[in-house]
Amino acid sequence: MNNIEILIVDDEPQIRKLLRITLESNGFKVLEAATGKEGMIAAASHPPALIILDIGLPDESGHSILQKLREWYSKPIIMLSVQNDEENIVKALDNGANDYLTKPFRTGELLARIRSAIRSSAFEENNPVIICKALEIDLAARVVKKNSTILKLTTTEYALLILFAKNEGRVLTHQYLLKEIWGVGYQNQSQYLRVFVAQLRKKIEDDANHPKYIITESGVGYRFTSE
Amino acid sequence: MLYKFKEVTNLFHKRLFQTQRLFYSLIAVCLVSTLSFGLTPYLGYKVVAYLLLVTVSLLAMVMDIWSVLAAAILSALIWDFFFIPPRFTFQVSSAEDALMLLMYFIVALVNGVLTFQIRKGQKEILQHEKEQNTLKFYNTLLNSLSHELRTPIATIIGASDNLLSNRKNISEENQKQLLDEISIASLRLNQQVENLLNMSRLESGIIQPKLDWCDAKEMVYAVISSLDEQLQHHKVEVKIKDEVPLFKLDVGLMEQVLYNLLYNASAYTPANSVIKISITCERDNLLMIVEDNGNGFPTDEINKVFDKFYRINPKQTKGTGLGLSIVKGFVEAHGGKISLKNVPSGGAIFTIEIPAETSYLNNLKNE
Repeated sequence: MNNIEILIVDDEPQIRKLLRITLESNGFKVLEAATGKEGMIAAASHPPALIILDIGLPDESGHSILQKLREWYSKPIIMLSVQNDEENIVKALDNGANDYLTKPFRTGELLARIRSAIRSSAFEENNPVIICKALEIDLAARVVKKNSTILKLTTTEYALLILFAKNEGRVLTHQYLLKEIWGVGYQNQSQYLRVFVAQLRKKIEDDANHPKYIITESGVGYRFTSE
Repeated sequence: MLYKFKEVTNLFHKRLFQTQRLFYSLIAVCLVSTLSFGLTPYLGYKVVAYLLLVTVSLLAMVMDIWSVLAAAILSALIWDFFFIPPRFTFQVSSAEDALMLLMYFIVALVNGVLTFQIRKGQKEILQHEKEQNTLKFYNTLLNSLSHELRTPIATIIGASDNLLSNRKNISEENQKQLLDEISIASLRLNQQVENLLNMSRLESGIIQPKLDWCDAKEMVYAVISSLDEQLQHHKVEVKIKDEVPLFKLDVGLMEQVLYNLLYNASAYTPANSVIKISITCERDNLLMIVEDNGNGFPTDEINKVFDKFYRINPKQTKGTGLGLSIVKGFVEAHGGKISLKNVPSGGAIFTIEIPAETSYLNNLKNE
């Protein structure tokens, strides 16, 4: 991962320093900005491969910076927020953030999220086969195999799995999943989502109680992971 | 009864303004005088003095001191003018009546003032008791907090100082141990801050459960896996049938409830204890039972367990004593109930019952 540039936008010098040391020691190149305005300028003058953006910035909220960035910047943005902030997290994800981390976070977790976000942004849209650990999804043939055995999925389960797999590493909010799979009228019908995620887990996970593919992000949504 | 009376007097004090109180006091004296006036042929004027005295005494129990004094003066004048012979003059014919009038005046005043002062004294005592309780409350809070927050902070400062100033003299192995200590202390600190934040959310009354459909199994296993490290020396058994419906709950709050119960069980039961979690649906209520086979709680303290700052054996065990009161607060925010019993064979059993909307959509097989 040499020379991949990451922009950190956070007003706390301590957090910036911690992030810089963590990222640099893992081979990333780091740019720093202390305010939303600085962040916007830095991103525009030299677009990085990924942006880490704090929600609570002094001059302008991270939400509005995110919206402005998303008008032209399509690479991954990972949001930082304080604890117990589900509403803010969901809002940021719905506004186009790829992922989020709550402070305090473990650095191992941060690195995993960054790698996964960068990997999924390099996802080849035209790739007809997605391989993820023991799962093999053939989009052209509409066939899902686990350890080379074909899994029998219903139409909805298949649609859900494809949506997850195409967004590997990204947190998909309940609202987003309901809208994409069931349509706009179903956005408040989260019981469907619970049921189909549980069914899908039973078919693709080794142990549905300890999922390794579809991870629950409590109060926010789900994340499909290949880690 | 006393409580009721206090309520009534409080009402008087809050609702009535000074002039209103004065007005009502004088009206009361006039009313009793008018009544007595009609009854003088049967009662005699001396009994009227007692009736007026009783009126002033009763007023002293509910009115302020100025109204009572005014009532005492007015009643003395009325008694003199309307009742003491010769009537309809302020003149007093006999020395006996003059003495009576003087005594009436003194007794009415003293009575009024004394009653008022007793009330004032009671109020001060109550106020003082309240202040004492608050003080005790904050002392307990400060004691447990300063311990729970300062211990990890002391560890972090001490360990990092060592690493910063004396690094070359510390063996690689010890350096790693210091770093581990910093890490553990930070996590502990984080946990306490989390508890404090939750407590202040509860205290401020801003907790509004955000209800959404919740898969009980998903929730329970998510909490267990977040406690992996703490539970590594315990055996956790989950009993949730596939037929259990989805419940509409605030998943975040319920996870915190279960987290605190499991965290406590892991911290206060011996290694290798078994913790059992079961969730069922009883009469449209979510019934969650968390049971362990540890030592249980002291029988005489079971009622206090959910109190803020309660700790078993405060001198020995750590913790702020906030965990279980947060559990109770979050359960009650859902309109639910929590109870605790000791298991006869040893251990504690927490039973949580929460009224919740259910959906059996998950019992339909496929599409």
